[in-house]
Amino acid sequence: MAAEGAARLGMRHRLAERGIDRVLLLLVPAVLVVAALFLYPMLYGVGLSLQPRAGGGPFANYLAFFRDSYQSGTIWKTMRLALPAALINVGASVPIAYRLRGRFRGRRLLTAILVLPVTLGTVLVADGLLRYLGPKGWFNRVLLDLHLVDEPVRLIYNYWGVLFSLLITGFPFAFLLVLSYMSGIDPTLERAAATLGAGPWRRVRHVTLPLLAPGLATTFILAFVLAFSVFPSANLVGEPANETRVMAIAAYQAAFEKYDYSMASTIAVLMGVAELLVVALVLVWRGRFYTGTTGGKGS
Amino acid sequence: MSGFRTLRMSEVSRRFGTTTALDRLDLTIEGGEFVALLGPSGCGKSTALNCLAGLLPLTGGGIWLDDERIDGLPPEKRGFGMVFQNYALFPHLTVRKNVGFGLAIRGVPKPELTRRVDEALALVELADQAAKLPGRLSGGQQQRVAIARAIVIRPRLVLMDEPLSNLDAKLRLQMRTEIRRLHQSLGLTTVYVTHDQEEALALADRIVVLRGGVVEQIGTPEEVYAQPRNTYVAGFMGYRNLLELPVTGREGGRVTLAEPGLRLTGVARDRSAGATAVAAIRPDDFTAGRGAANPLTVTVEVAEFHGRETAVEGVTESGRVVHVRVPERVRPGEKIELSVPPDRVLVFGDGDHPPRPGAAGAG
Amino acid sequence: MTVPTLRSGGWRRPYAWIVWGGVAFFLVNLAALILSVVVDSFAVSWFGTWLPSAFTTRWYADAWQEFGLSDVLQVTLLVALAVVGLALLLGVPAAYALARRDFAGKRLVTLLLLLPVLLPPITYGIPLATVLYKFQLAGTMSGVIAANLVPALPFVVLVMTPFIEQIDTNVESAARMCGARTRQVFTRVLVPLLVPGILAAGILVLVRTVAMFELTFLVSGPDSQTLIVALYSAAFTPGIRAAQAIDAMAVVYTLLSSALLVLALMFVNPTQIVAQVKEVAPE
Repeated sequence: MAAEGAARLGMRHRLAERGIDRVLLLLVPAVLVVAALFLYPMLYGVGLSLQPRAGGGPFANYLAFFRDSYQSGTIWKTMRLALPAALINVGASVPIAYRLRGRFRGRRLLTAILVLPVTLGTVLVADGLLRYLGPKGWFNRVLLDLHLVDEPVRLIYNYWGVLFSLLITGFPFAFLLVLSYMSGIDPTLERAAATLGAGPWRRVRHVTLPLLAPGLATTFILAFVLAFSVFPSANLVGEPANETRVMAIAAYQAAFEKYDYSMASTIAVLMGVAELLVVALVLVWRGRFYTGTTGGKGS
Repeated sequence: MSGFRTLRMSEVSRRFGTTTALDRLDLTIEGGEFVALLGPSGCGKSTALNCLAGLLPLTGGGIWLDDERIDGLPPEKRGFGMVFQNYALFPHLTVRKNVGFGLAIRGVPKPELTRRVDEALALVELADQAAKLPGRLSGGQQQRVAIARAIVIRPRLVLMDEPLSNLDAKLRLQMRTEIRRLHQSLGLTTVYVTHDQEEALALADRIVVLRGGVVEQIGTPEEVYAQPRNTYVAGFMGYRNLLELPVTGREGGRVTLAEPGLRLTGVARDRSAGATAVAAIRPDDFTAGRGAANPLTVTVEVAEFHGRETAVEGVTESGRVVHVRVPERVRPGEKIELSVPPDRVLVFGDGDHPPRPGAAGAG
Repeated sequence: MTVPTLRSGGWRRPYAWIVWGGVAFFLVNLAALILSVVVDSFAVSWFGTWLPSAFTTRWYADAWQEFGLSDVLQVTLLVALAVVGLALLLGVPAAYALARRDFAGKRLVTLLLLLPVLLPPITYGIPLATVLYKFQLAGTMSGVIAANLVPALPFVVLVMTPFIEQIDTNVESAARMCGARTRQVFTRVLVPLLVPGILAAGILVLVRTVAMFELTFLVSGPDSQTLIVALYSAAFTPGIRAAQAIDAMAVVYTLLSSALLVLALMFVNPTQIVAQVKEVAPE
């Protein structure tokens, strides 16, 4: 009895040293749910991808994917959409957020207007693009009536339609994040730089941008993740058979049109790997920046 | 009211990974006593308090309340009250609800709860602020709410974690008196953590001086003040001049230290017999004018006006920096004659060093 | 507090005009895009002219009846509210443990919770759909709720962690010293203090779940479609429904989700979102 008590006591002392106590039990339900609904399916998917329907060794699906240019080309087609979309969304957000960082009348309203397109939903954006940018839409009518072009510009059912859709749905998100990071930078830092003789451009270049860089990297990652799964818009405003046949479409077709779940899992795994590769590269780049406090209240 | 005869901490230890914040603390507290844990930040005093409260599990040792072992109990089952440095009031509850929180948790019936909260608020003179939210009160008022909240549950033990350090100097003195008055009238056993030796001397029945998780000295305020056990405690108790000098003579309890241009005779505080020793002297133990005992000449370098006296940083003829307080106004560059009674010069041979800020471990 | 802002020389003027010009161009085109959908949804028919010749509201009535919009809306709200409820119930305690404790394997747990937020839904949606088919949950409401919980639960944890970190641990300790047990610390102190954060996380999950197309699309059946999936199916199989009716439905969707966003913006200060994003970025 006494020995058992002492052992329990020793155990408690050792656990205390490792920071383990009953509070950690609160973590268990959430971890179990994520493990059951995310980790298990993911591992199941990886397993499935290694059991090709047609046989031929565990990596037959992967080999088949890379040998068939119609399939492997989807990687490039996805990147060609997601990378520029994320870059443009982050790049355009910076100067706008910079102009909006001070306090002035109408700031809140303008922010709300710029953020609201988040709610449009892919279908309304796709619908709107088809109507507005279509050959008989208002955009082409204006161009034609102003004699800027001789025949309607083709902006839908191709790469451009999908890119526009990604810009409209992704910009508000990127902008909101960049604005948050921007307001996290202590404005007195720029004033300090001014007292040291730095002009406006050099203040931005040497003070604001370096402090903003880690936030921009994070925003880029999230914007890229958002753009990488361009499934609905690639189908609705793109050319899903050819120019905008992205990885998500290839995976969907394998699963629900050919019922080859093994191949579908292979494409899903490759999609995750391709995306995480880009994320990892950005994180490595981000690691080179100062990532401590930026002095503002928002940090 | 104290509810127990003795509280015994035995070899209480707390490690965080590889750092030891508290190393085998032994301390026995009598019921009704006011004990201060004193030391710089990182000395382990707050760790000790949190272990006592149950907020931090021990990694060694045990705590007994009379014959009951309590170190396995969660904080809510120990029945202690605690006052935090940053007050830690519930920001969403009124002053009344804050003070009544512990009673409500215990299911005390409404009429009794109201009566006891009113009593506690009257005791800290905040009856008229009962309906306000804590955010609307001043720092001193918030701290009084925190004290009321801790004592209203009639705790077996009150723990105070630097309760005055967030207040300005004037309020701090006022609150110090109030805490002492509360202890005298209620007789609650109290453990008080502070880094301010004046606070510890003014409030405590007994002082525990800690460094790097280890006890340096335990004693009454008089003992710790007049007879620090080593240079660390001396440095902490306001012996600002700690001069390491060669030993030139020993006679009875007296030791003489000397170098060219400086000669000091003082009281030996330990039995060591090294070639050098440290003389510890308080700035205000110097007397102006050349006396018979321990005369020295100091060239003033910096003089701060303090009203009734001037605090001087100066250099002895042997080139040592000393801090003294003199009654008259002096100017930099002046030479002043001083002396210091030998029984005010404490000589330590322990080779110990004065406290270095930030040198101690975590905690 | 008024802070004098740095006034700059002439060079910044043209730069400012370029920025505002770009914003205006974007907003004008966006407004025209939305307007063309709204106009079409009220048009009797519209081909090749500046504006349709006659207007009607019958497409909204059509959409309501033909698409079974009331059923779809009911499913959408039910799914979204169930996901919000479950995600908060599981996520807030988990966020608390992550905010308050350092333990071996914390990085692993954080990574596990980050991945569903970082990966495109299709990547885990397809394997998840196959697993749900295996357990005969695909096509059911429970399946749709379970699938949507995958990104929602980690999202709640990531949003709530900084909110919890903001609460002084001493306030909790004080409650314990007053005799409160873990459950009482939660119900009497933490939850009241976390109301803004819980509302923010809840509404953001609601908005995201209503907008979550891929996962619902992959696992839902005819009776468990949410609005966005119904909308996509209608738009992707043209010819069956009148284009105007699809537009009407898209307008209804947009109104619903902007109402939710406006609600969200009332509780969440945009600058608070950055705290959440800092957590999203793995170090």
